[in-house]
Amino acid sequence: MAETCSCTCNCDASEILIFPCSGSSNVGQIANQAGVELTKAGVGKMFCLAGIGGHVDSFIESAKGAKRIVAIDGCPVQCAKKTLEHAGLTITDYILVTGEGITKNHDFDLQTDDVKKICDKIKANLGDG
Amino acid sequence: MDIKVLGPGCKKCKELEKAVHKAVEEIGVDAVVEKVEDMDKITEYNVLMTPGLVVNGKVKVFGRVPKHKDIVRYIQEEM
Repeated sequence: MAETCSCTCNCDASEILIFPCSGSSNVGQIANQAGVELTKAGVGKMFCLAGIGGHVDSFIESAKGAKRIVAIDGCPVQCAKKTLEHAGLTITDYILVTGEGITKNHDFDLQTDDVKKICDKIKANLGDG
Repeated sequence: MDIKVLGPGCKKCKELEKAVHKAVEEIGVDAVVEKVEDMDKITEYNVLMTPGLVVNGKVKVFGRVPKHKDIVRYIQEEM
């Protein structure tokens, strides 16, 4: 009988780690929500960017083994990209939310279509679209 | 030395447990390797995903089965 997995491991989707900037603007939160949705869809696993920024050894060590590292930045400040690079991690896939025609503001009423747009773009980049 | 492999029992968790035993044997360290399958206990280690490897209370890595040389290194770091 095939073994089924009910745990939280990387057996299925992962080895694709997703790092949203989760910044305090609409685009930061769109990035965050895209990370959540992609994880729920089994595309990859959302990972704690704060753990990387805090130089938590086990977080960095664990991220090093990922086959793909997806960074989602909300705006051109590129906090996710810079945090990952500072920790010596290599980004394989990168997306900038404002680069997809979504304007930065501080309205947290996120548009479902905007989140979907980012998710679709990442899926396409990963060959999962 | 106290080594814990965190994971409820899927393929990668079992792989990690096997790999840890191999590393312990190779190094020749006196270690107790315990498999932790209770999700409540696993959660206490603050790992984002399993499998996880804890050596002397320190979380070394999680979410993947590390290479043999890395498992050896994680153990040696605590010797």
